[in-house]
Amino acid sequence: MADNKTDTTVTASSPGEIPRSVRLLVPILLGIAVIGFWEFAVYYWKIPKFIFPAPSMIVQALIFDLPTLSASLWTTVKITLAAFFIASVLGICAAVLFIQSKILEISLFPYAVILQVTPVVAIAPFILIWVGLDHVERALLILATIVAFFPILSNTALGLKSVDHNLRNLFDLYGASRFQRLRELEFPSALPYILGGLKISGGLALIGSVVAEFVAGSGTGTGLAWRIVESGNRLNIPRMFAALLLLSILGVVIFFSLSWLERILLSKWHESAVRREN
Amino acid sequence: MIVEAVPPPARSAIPNERRRALIKLNNLSKIYRGGTLALSDVDLTVGDGEFISILGPSGCGKSTLLRMIAGLGGISGGTIDWPQSRYDAHGEPIRDLGFVFQEPTLMPWATVFNNIYLPLKLAGVSRRDAKARIDEVIAMVGLEKFADAYPRQLSGGMKMRVSIARALVVKPRVLLLDEPFAALDEITRFRLNNDLLRLWQDQKWTVIFVTHSVFESVYLSNRIIVMSARPGRIIADLPITAPYPRGEAFRISSEYNEFCRITSNELSRAMVGVAEEEH
Repeated sequence: MADNKTDTTVTASSPGEIPRSVRLLVPILLGIAVIGFWEFAVYYWKIPKFIFPAPSMIVQALIFDLPTLSASLWTTVKITLAAFFIASVLGICAAVLFIQSKILEISLFPYAVILQVTPVVAIAPFILIWVGLDHVERALLILATIVAFFPILSNTALGLKSVDHNLRNLFDLYGASRFQRLRELEFPSALPYILGGLKISGGLALIGSVVAEFVAGSGTGTGLAWRIVESGNRLNIPRMFAALLLLSILGVVIFFSLSWLERILLSKWHESAVRREN
Repeated sequence: MIVEAVPPPARSAIPNERRRALIKLNNLSKIYRGGTLALSDVDLTVGDGEFISILGPSGCGKSTLLRMIAGLGGISGGTIDWPQSRYDAHGEPIRDLGFVFQEPTLMPWATVFNNIYLPLKLAGVSRRDAKARIDEVIAMVGLEKFADAYPRQLSGGMKMRVSIARALVVKPRVLLLDEPFAALDEITRFRLNNDLLRLWQDQKWTVIFVTHSVFESVYLSNRIIVMSARPGRIIADLPITAPYPRGEAFRISSEYNEFCRITSNELSRAMVGVAEEEH
């Protein structure tokens, strides 16, 4: 009764581990150094701004074109998030269906794979024709969803199948219903896998919406991808970079939001998220 | 001598005939999907309130037997009767049992409290109604301070206690344990053995305990069933007549040694012909 193991003392930082402050500071310093050199190099070697604009010009372009760019950013955010949401719901539902019936899985899974491996660029023209040229946004949404769908499906299906065999026996023993099994056992077991899938798909939804916009062009609302194409055509390279910067920031925000969600949900129990104390 | 080995096949000779039969295994056999005969002609009557150990070489089907009693995994031949049990709407006996697996088998995402709550939750008991009973079994296994801990924070012995508490939460009449302490160190094992014995005496359950340890089985049980190697058959049914409560004094007594010797002999008989195959 005295096997106490939980009273662990958290040491500030174990030897060999880099403190948090350093981990934050080093990349920031590196970034400042690179940007500083970039700025210096552009002026020193007099690189034309339509080839490689200085960081200060990019910031200028960002501020000057902020109304246009933020409207485009909003369009891209909407499409990306909507695609991500739809792909998550569809992916998880499909995975749940697959594990209910082997027949369903073996008959549908190959088509999910085909959908995944076919380059989205190649499907774009078809989708565009089907939804009509007046609804380019719908086409973008569909294409981004297709790109984001598969990792969620395959990860969730894998997670739902990776339930501990003994726990399954336990649920059998206590006469769990199909639904109870799903809610109490399979979903919690699969959660780390689902979150892993979401993390991949969050990035893919953004890539999907950008690539789709490159291919399909833009409808009423212009997204960031089309801003890049348009700025390139006008040789407004600083604005191109500014749009690119916004896309990167969006990608980083999506990634960190999902990492944060993962940590919140798994921190109590899953090995991937718990802080090690030994 | 106090103990006598029953020659094979042991025909449900109940050493303690005063006990009412709780479970009756009649001519039970099990054939695995691959066609391997795992168990053959197992006859056993489990009396109410007994502490039975099932002892045998690994692969003799003792775990399979336990799982069949629990209703996990089909029966290939013979019957299992529960003479005193009520039957549900489908004609299945209401088994009224708790099962402790070899591994603690806890849900890593749930606290100790929620892991123990699981059987009641699956039976539709609300958390509020279950609370008192859960606190009770947590106290029984001595984990009061750890109700809100997650399994990863617990030692192996503590996880096993949680597993036992979960089996007890449904107030079972029969507790089935499948080599529950095999993975634990000797000291933890002794302690859990003592706790299990104490609980058994307090709560008046029937216990069926699968083990491969002669010492453990002698220390705990009032009756040891020795099974032969595959196909598993019962080759000895040994009453361990030492009185309860048993403690350290029993563990160092000559009586205990004698029981261990007899049980070991039976076990070696069970191993004949398989010793080479196993290693």
